[in-house]
Amino acid sequence: MILFSILPISLQQGLAYALVALGIALTFRVLAFPDLTVDGSFPLGGAVAARLIVQGVDPTLATVAALVVGFIAGCLTGILNTRLKINSLLAGILMMTILYSVNLRIMGRANIQLLYRPTVFTSMENLDMPRFIPIIIFFLLITVVVKILVDLFLHTEYGMALRATGDNENMIRSLGVNTDNATVFGLGLSNALVALSGALVAQDQGFSDVGMGIGMIVAGLASIIIGEAIIKPKTVFRLTLAAVFGSLMYRFIISMGLRLGLAPTDLKMATGFMVILALGVPAFKKTREGKIHLRGV
Amino acid sequence: MLAFEGITKIFNQGTQDEKRALNQIDLEVDAGDFITIIGSNGAGKSTLLNVIAGTYQPEEGRLIIDQQDVTKTPDYKMAAYISRVFQSPTMGTAGEMTIAENLSLADCRGKKRGLKWGVTRARKKRYGELLKVLELGLEDRLNQSVGLLSGGQRQSLTLLMATLSLPKLLLLDEHTAALDPRTAAKVSELTNRMVKENNLTTLMVTHNMKQAIRCGNRMIMLHEGKVQFDIEGKDKENLTVEEVVKRFGSKLKDESLLS
Repeated sequence: MILFSILPISLQQGLAYALVALGIALTFRVLAFPDLTVDGSFPLGGAVAARLIVQGVDPTLATVAALVVGFIAGCLTGILNTRLKINSLLAGILMMTILYSVNLRIMGRANIQLLYRPTVFTSMENLDMPRFIPIIIFFLLITVVVKILVDLFLHTEYGMALRATGDNENMIRSLGVNTDNATVFGLGLSNALVALSGALVAQDQGFSDVGMGIGMIVAGLASIIIGEAIIKPKTVFRLTLAAVFGSLMYRFIISMGLRLGLAPTDLKMATGFMVILALGVPAFKKTREGKIHLRGV
Repeated sequence: MLAFEGITKIFNQGTQDEKRALNQIDLEVDAGDFITIIGSNGAGKSTLLNVIAGTYQPEEGRLIIDQQDVTKTPDYKMAAYISRVFQSPTMGTAGEMTIAENLSLADCRGKKRGLKWGVTRARKKRYGELLKVLELGLEDRLNQSVGLLSGGQRQSLTLLMATLSLPKLLLLDEHTAALDPRTAAKVSELTNRMVKENNLTTLMVTHNMKQAIRCGNRMIMLHEGKVQFDIEGKDKENLTVEEVVKRFGSKLKDESLLS
């Protein structure tokens, strides 16, 4: 019974946050760049979309704008790292911190209500069926389309150069790729997906909040770890599939935990422990066999 | 084709650890030359290759390729002229990508990379035929990741990748040193064949005197950042290890050079 009642909500959330998992897979796994911008670019997407919608901009246009701004934020982290030679983790933290203020500026206050505003979901809400059905279908479509586009991109000449940048930077430089530019572009792409997710989640939940990105990286990492434990990421196709599937599993586990009495305030701690456990247990066992190979961590 | 004009490379300039890795080097390389470079540890062999490849920029002097000054050109732009094979087999290939993908990465060397499909059917067919030459059965494993290959297989693949889109200049940096003797001999033989077939201008750094004497049409010995010895043509063909030891034994403290 519990299973059945939490299925719609975990499906909906899992798909809504799958774009974040895809974005994190792009940086951590493909580029081997531990990008922490995510905690800032997710609410950035929400902030941009919410502010524009309140201003009367078409919600679809507002969502696209959020994606573009997320791309720019990611590029800036990349520039901090490649041009100013700031350590990758620090570059992400700096950007995340700066974005906190930026998000407040964009919204003008800590949160914006969207309840009675037109959103990309408005037309779906007037259908004669439970709200979650068209919304799940919508998120499913978006996720599948983005996943396929990412898969295709990573098999193009430039996409392969991006993968090689994460795999063997010296080698691909000696083959004529400016890996600095590749890193900047890859980070931009990743944060564009994250901001898109932020924009859609804000519209779905009916508000944008400056704090809605806290713990997003850890949640995304947990998703990827869960996904990769089940689907071995031997190819690009499987890597992105693992991210999407992991996001679904993670939200399902979280919903289950909440239903079984986990306090919502302890959620981020529980997620953190989940990641520590997954990364730490192999060290206890003292074997490298079976270790979850998570590049960038 | 390639010219060094008074190239000096100094590491840790202005500190106590200052080291002149290359000291006023002048060198002319003609098209079609296959030059072997020897010298003991710290003689400046690898630095020489790194300066050519643009990994290091020299403090003094000019580097000319085909009448163009490329002294300040960064490494990723030098890729248009140069192919490189490193010492460690893992350095020249992307381990998590497939054999076909690695070859395709090398296929685009120095060219603009866009949104065209990377491993096309036509390319795959071509790679399969090229891999047959290696006689390692890799042509049947195009979709396997390179990480599954042995060191020798990986280095042979790197060599094929380096010669794929015929470079103006091929740099080999002790590329057989990390392999077991039998595999090293095979890769070495493959190198000779590929250089000859494609008439590639080649610079090969080696620690192995016999290999340096056996390969190529010209041999250079570096010592303390200077060219100590430069021999080519008939003289090079008649050169023996004993003769080199007799003339330079005192400077070859490095025993491994003579093995």
